[in-house]
Amino acid sequence: MIVKNQTISARPLQNNDSFKVFFRIIKMSLKYKWRLFFGIFSIFISSGFSLYIPLLLGDAVDAANNLLGDNSEISSINDSRNHLYFICVLLLISSIGRGTSAMLHVYLGESIGQHIGYELRMLYYEKLQRLSFSYHAGVHTGDLITRGILDVEGIRMFVQTAILRLIFLTTLIGTGTFLMIKTNPTLGLLSLSFVPFVAWKATSARLKLRSNWYALQDKLSALTKTMDENLGGIRVVRAFSAEEFEMKKYKKVSDEALDLSNEQVEIRSSSISLISTSFFISMGIVLLVGGQEVINGNITPGELTQFLAFMSILLDPVRQIGLMINGFARGSASGGRLFAILDLEPNIHDEVDSRDIQVNKGKLEFQNVSFTYEGDNHETIHNVSFKINQGETLGIVGPPGSGKSTIAHLIPRFYDPTEGSILIDDEDIKNFTLESLRHAVCVVEQDTFMFTASIEHNIAYGNPWAPDDRIEKSTHHAQLAEYIERLPEKYKTLVGERGVSLSGGQRQRLSIARSVMLDPNIIIFDDSTAAIDAGTERKIREELKNLTSKTTTIIISHRLSSLMHANKILFLEKGRVVESGNHDELLEINGHYKDLYNLQNQKRGKL
Amino acid sequence: MSIKKFSERSHEIPPKASVVLASNLEEEVFSEEFKGDVIKRFFSYVRPYKKQIIPALIAVIIFTITSISIPLIIKNVFDSSLSGENNNINLLYLFVGGFFLAIIFNFISNYLQELLVGKVAEHVLFDMRTAMYEHLQRVSLSFMDKTESGKLMSRLQGDVAALQEFLHTAVFAIGDFVLIIGIIITMLWLDFRLGLLTMIVIPALLLIRIIWIPYARKAFLRARITSSIVSGALAENINGVRAVQGMTREYVNYDLFDLRAKENLRAALKASKIGVIMLPTVDSLSGIARGIVVIVGGIFVLNGQIETGVMVAFVLFIQRFFDPIRALTMHYNVLQRAMASGERIFEVIDVPVDMTDKEDSIIMDELEPSIEFINVTFGYLPNQPVLKNINFKINPGETIALVGPTGSGKTSTTALVHRFYEIWEGQINIGGVNISDIKLESLGKNVSMVLQEPFLFSGSIIDNIIYSTKNVSYKQVIDAAKAVGVHDYIMELPDKYETQLEQRGENLSIGQRQLISFARALVRDSKIIILDEATANIDSYTEMQIQNALKVLLRGRTAMVIAHRLATIRDADKIIVLQNGEIIEQDTHENLIKNKGLYYSLSSLNYSSFDDIPEDLIKKITDESPGT
Repeated sequence: MIVKNQTISARPLQNNDSFKVFFRIIKMSLKYKWRLFFGIFSIFISSGFSLYIPLLLGDAVDAANNLLGDNSEISSINDSRNHLYFICVLLLISSIGRGTSAMLHVYLGESIGQHIGYELRMLYYEKLQRLSFSYHAGVHTGDLITRGILDVEGIRMFVQTAILRLIFLTTLIGTGTFLMIKTNPTLGLLSLSFVPFVAWKATSARLKLRSNWYALQDKLSALTKTMDENLGGIRVVRAFSAEEFEMKKYKKVSDEALDLSNEQVEIRSSSISLISTSFFISMGIVLLVGGQEVINGNITPGELTQFLAFMSILLDPVRQIGLMINGFARGSASGGRLFAILDLEPNIHDEVDSRDIQVNKGKLEFQNVSFTYEGDNHETIHNVSFKINQGETLGIVGPPGSGKSTIAHLIPRFYDPTEGSILIDDEDIKNFTLESLRHAVCVVEQDTFMFTASIEHNIAYGNPWAPDDRIEKSTHHAQLAEYIERLPEKYKTLVGERGVSLSGGQRQRLSIARSVMLDPNIIIFDDSTAAIDAGTERKIREELKNLTSKTTTIIISHRLSSLMHANKILFLEKGRVVESGNHDELLEINGHYKDLYNLQNQKRGKL
Repeated sequence: MSIKKFSERSHEIPPKASVVLASNLEEEVFSEEFKGDVIKRFFSYVRPYKKQIIPALIAVIIFTITSISIPLIIKNVFDSSLSGENNNINLLYLFVGGFFLAIIFNFISNYLQELLVGKVAEHVLFDMRTAMYEHLQRVSLSFMDKTESGKLMSRLQGDVAALQEFLHTAVFAIGDFVLIIGIIITMLWLDFRLGLLTMIVIPALLLIRIIWIPYARKAFLRARITSSIVSGALAENINGVRAVQGMTREYVNYDLFDLRAKENLRAALKASKIGVIMLPTVDSLSGIARGIVVIVGGIFVLNGQIETGVMVAFVLFIQRFFDPIRALTMHYNVLQRAMASGERIFEVIDVPVDMTDKEDSIIMDELEPSIEFINVTFGYLPNQPVLKNINFKINPGETIALVGPTGSGKTSTTALVHRFYEIWEGQINIGGVNISDIKLESLGKNVSMVLQEPFLFSGSIIDNIIYSTKNVSYKQVIDAAKAVGVHDYIMELPDKYETQLEQRGENLSIGQRQLISFARALVRDSKIIILDEATANIDSYTEMQIQNALKVLLRGRTAMVIAHRLATIRDADKIIVLQNGEIIEQDTHENLIKNKGLYYSLSSLNYSSFDDIPEDLIKKITDESPGT
């Protein structure tokens, strides 16, 4: 095998247009229009009550006070006492009203956020499943996991805390501005003098924070990567007593992330405090100029009071803008990172007019197939052609890096050939739906991924509804049944990261059972018996021969005994078929195959 | 065979699914329910930042004071200089000057509180993650064996991120708290009776809180756990994506993931409902309190018991009093959510470390490289010993080969030399010293291990060869690579030794990965080497190289090899035959053949490797000659 994809990084780093990102997030939230509507409605109700409560309290003071002013009649004492009771009831009602409406809008905001988080998670999951092998080879799983966890969270938080509030604040500020300019244009403009500054500061801070968030999320991805590898390779770490070394490695990334976080705190602190201060400065100017006007008799104290009251309505929204900038920045950075993946078009997908494959004969043909890995500058396989009929076996042998596995991966379209075509029953495999093609073609991989689950679940991975007897039958074929029967929990035994550790050979047999169970039309063993002893392998082959007389089989192996019975054998070197024929024919050629045969036999003889 | 999509068969039996198990598994590992005080624990992480916290608190107090004083100044402007009759421009200037002074203080304190609290918060977050990570470097391997790394990752990233929200709001919470205390004092000072009456609702609030907390805790924890399951399922799918696509499992997995994600959505919404219910509660209580003040205060005023001014002040303060309480309620939800994450973080930190250095533990650099097992018994699960009463000795420079069928205890034996696990009985000595008296770090430095499945880190090839070994020269790296025969291959790569490896070195073949892991052990140049020979029959080309590399690696060292290839076994000075955790034979190859025991029977089968021997054959042989 050679180094592939060393230079490319298949992932686009970020989606730079933050407005598009916002637009998309907002569009997603618009789907929840009733929640949005009631959310905003209840924000207004709740702030209405918030304004009403102080008025009621003022009223109460007046009620108590007025009476003292003209203490003439007892009845008016009763009147004001009754009035006090009335206010008390109103206070209670408006407090409850305020609490309930606040509860509603907080809940609705969170509900929209959670729903969008859920939607994004599903979209992301779906996309990752469809992206081709070539994409997955170029990205680190730690990065993908970070995006799926932290970036989804970033967008969710943005929706939850910012969307409803954004609409509310915009309305509030708009109304305040209108009222102030209407009351007194000069003072109105003065009192709004902070707006340009806030607009500028908010924009610049948002941009700075956004690039900071991008950098930070990238760093957190790197941190995930470091931690993930450490946990995955914990035995190596322990074997080398490299805990200290690993901590250093971690600390380096962690400290870089911390520096970015601290930088973020700095940007945030200065923008929050500058924004509220600019508001206060405008207020001070209004106070100074308005005060002089009052003294000069141009306006009444009442007018100035009203003016400042309007202004103080704006105080809270302005402060909140300061707080929201960070949410915006994080939302746009996270959105950019996540959408970058959601927008990837899997380069292998169903073609238009593709249909389900109907395998009749199971004839497989390669026509002048060449393939180059993305970013690689030389062909991994070059002009490969061959044909096998139903029930026949093709053997592929060759030194490491000769392109054997690549051929295996082209048939179920894990990759598409750069040139030439692959036909099943004389039809280009691109005409079939991916799903049906991959049901018809099964690759038994050399490196088998074990899911953390019972043996039974792992075997039934491709068909989770398989009946027990079918699972057991395929383990018999794969010569694994005896081993499983001896385990204390038999088929329920847990394997995978946390389960019993299976030996390489056992894992490969499990992988064979997994594939055989699906009863594919074409089965490809990609060096998947390397760790299985020759005797067991022979047994498996015999079992399968009876079972799969109609199955087309490809065996890729470096061990000649695994494939010398094949109807046809290709000897691959540097991506080219250099020799082909059956075992006897190849021996007669007296070339590479013969050399390899001698090498392997001589070794065996010596032992 | 075509598989119906999950949605089409939802009425039938559920599919066999791997992720379904995830939730049950997590409980086992952290079985002991966390009982400690999360908040107290949390503060232990804040404490180191005392120097920043104290000025931060001062800033918070100044900020709170200036925030209150700004409207008061405005009020005074009207009362004194703009009251209509005696307009005084100088007084106006004075007040406006005071106003700007307050703004300046407000600005500075605002900036400082945000900056200091924010930075401390970030440091605390990173410290907690580091503490978790550092701890995971020290907990026993038996714990790590039981734990999926995806689950741990969810705690290391997801839960730490969940804490972040809390820490970001901490600054407001502190401000609110300061404000409440200030207002309580002022109210009691203004009028003791009214003050007490105002606070009459506080016990009720606390009572409701006490009832509410267990529900909230449960709901928020459930939300965190379901979220962690979702992350785990996502991680599993990302890691196994090739198997998923190869087996066309996408649809089933999508539907299963949907179930998990929906469960998380429901749990999150439920937690949110339980959280927001406190809002109307606090508001209703504050409504009652306001009502009380209005009626009682009003009547006091009517009866002339208090001044109108006192009631006005009360009315103002009561407003200010309940706002921070309300805000704290909202923070409290965030806090509860953070507590759930905090609990999950402390659970990791609380996993006991059973393998520690003794005081005055020995540095083994000077010890003679001999290994001795004396009556060693060991197992992973209670009452299920994997090794029984093992005795053997390896002299300096000797190579012993461990052979035996799968499950006979070979890997466990090698793991014990490195003290990966604590033994039940007996003693393991290196150079005559009990390994539990040797400093763990020096054990690692002097005992190299090559695992059966080579694990490479992402990074360059040279980084992987050097790994954690200190003071390695470039020449040493090349010499090692040459010695194991991988140098030529590396030189053909575009960036040679600087070639970046993909995740787990997946862009190299298994054989090449193996050779690099040999080079890594060779660079370490330790006196003792433990090697688990790969079972996979690597391609004939690489296999010869590996055989040669093995010889280089073992030369002049004390070695313990789990051998699979007969060639390796024969070269060993001594062969130990293990079966069912017991040593049944140990001797040289020649003597073992002469003795005609299990080893003889197995070798006479003429398989190229012991692992090649089918299980039923081994069974037959061992049944014939029980306990030789």
